[in-house]
Amino acid sequence: MSVDPILRVSNIETYYGQIQAIRSVSLEVPRGRIVAVLGANGAGKSTILRTVSGLMDPERGSVSFDGKDIVHMAPDLVMRRGMCHVPEGREIFPFLTVSDNLAMGAYTRRDIDGIARDMDVCFSYFPVLRERASQRAGLLSGGEQQMLAISRALMGRPKLLLLDEPSLGLSPILVTQIFNIIRRINQEQGVSILLVEQNAHIALKTADYGYILEVGRIVLQDECRVLLEREDIREFYLGQKDTGVRGARRWKRKKLWRS
Amino acid sequence: MEDAARLLQLVINGAAGGCIYGVIALGFVLIYKASEMINFAQGDLMMLGGFVAFSLIAGMGLNYWVGAALAIAIMAVFGFLLDSVVLRRVIGQPQFAVIMLTLGLGFIFRAAAGISFGYGSVTFVTPFTNKVENFGDIAIGQDSLSIVFGTVVLCAVLYAFFSKTRIGIAMQAASQNQLAAYCMGIPVRTIFSLIWGISAAASAVAGILLAPSTVLDVNMGFLGFKAFAAAVLGGFGSIPGALVGGVVIGIVEQLAGYYLPAGFQDVTWNSMLLLVLIVRPQGLFAETQRKKV
Repeated sequence: MSVDPILRVSNIETYYGQIQAIRSVSLEVPRGRIVAVLGANGAGKSTILRTVSGLMDPERGSVSFDGKDIVHMAPDLVMRRGMCHVPEGREIFPFLTVSDNLAMGAYTRRDIDGIARDMDVCFSYFPVLRERASQRAGLLSGGEQQMLAISRALMGRPKLLLLDEPSLGLSPILVTQIFNIIRRINQEQGVSILLVEQNAHIALKTADYGYILEVGRIVLQDECRVLLEREDIREFYLGQKDTGVRGARRWKRKKLWRS
Repeated sequence: MEDAARLLQLVINGAAGGCIYGVIALGFVLIYKASEMINFAQGDLMMLGGFVAFSLIAGMGLNYWVGAALAIAIMAVFGFLLDSVVLRRVIGQPQFAVIMLTLGLGFIFRAAAGISFGYGSVTFVTPFTNKVENFGDIAIGQDSLSIVFGTVVLCAVLYAFFSKTRIGIAMQAASQNQLAAYCMGIPVRTIFSLIWGISAAASAVAGILLAPSTVLDVNMGFLGFKAFAAAVLGGFGSIPGALVGGVVIGIVEQLAGYYLPAGFQDVTWNSMLLLVLIVRPQGLFAETQRKKV
């Protein structure tokens, strides 16, 4: 438990109708850090983000953001407190131009000079967006749309950025590029980031602290550099196999956590 | 020459009537794009707008322009409240619930108007009543001209609003992607209620523009069904499509009334709708967007 984290989630349980998607999940994002939640399809990663940002309401548990309880708060009000959620699958506004999309990211702000400055910052992160500023966002490629979605969230000057699978459907080069920028955003602007990923390798390289989620439950949590060294993580999440002297065999390897 | 002039006159009169359909269709489309609801009471909102203007201008003796502006404002507030108080409650219910609710609202509006204004037809004097402009051979009523002009002005105002103002762009954004709009801190529910307000105001404009050329009565809202056809014709979801659809229906109706035997006038717009649905089911101006993964 760190002192005064930007986000503290305690024992949340969220349901889709009758189906429980996450079971008593607790996690924390310390100020100025990157925290990653890893897990397979259907583990409940996106549900955690949706619950945190107010798009879904948990049955039980509490979410406190910047020292304030935000459970059951409407998503637009949560955003006004300084939390920007980049939903899975780059939910851009397809018929608006790129620059209008960015302007919508700054919907809650009134400082025109600051908005213009931040738009320049976004363009410096992703120069391709400047070239396409007057095009309809729906015409961008998948990678460019992801860049736009991240930039648009930055336009809201968030204290905490929620990123839902930024690597989804992108080529390996683009994935590296986007995660480099995510790291830069964190370092240069001091934005705390909660990241949800299937691509465990890049997420663990980028983040400071990691949680492993399996069927709605957090089974493991540690500093990312520690997680990267663990044998079970290396095998089950990074797909690396050490062939030691004795040639450890697949069926002998066990997950060392209880799921 | 005689025939050409007559044809032109018919086309202009038809276009004027069509503009009314187009403006009501625009109301349909705005609401549909935002919330995927179809408001079958749209025509009755036009009727209410007409009657509110009537009671302000003929009843209270206000100046035509002041009365019209006030009626539009009243209907905008009415539309806003209609969404935020009544329709908000059926979100998440099947589409059918919305259809029944708005049809029912239409009945209520007609009954309310009948009780307060009577079931007879009424009319009020406008600056355009019974005045004719002559252009060479062609004589065109100022009522028709005012409809076309009013529609153009309304469209220009709405276009500027939706493409230039922050709240207008936010309305587009909320219509295109509700989830993302929420994540950007856009108050989506309030925005949708505002869209209902704009849509009701547009209907009121239609009712007021229509006033010089016809009489007002509680059943004039059934014109909304032709407007619905116009919206479908234009490809439900496209605003320019709705206007073009309206004008096309208006002109065809007018020409059919003149050149075809009696009775065909009411069939033509239905037949056109069927034809478009067979040949080009997405409508004339469909906007489609495939999501990239």
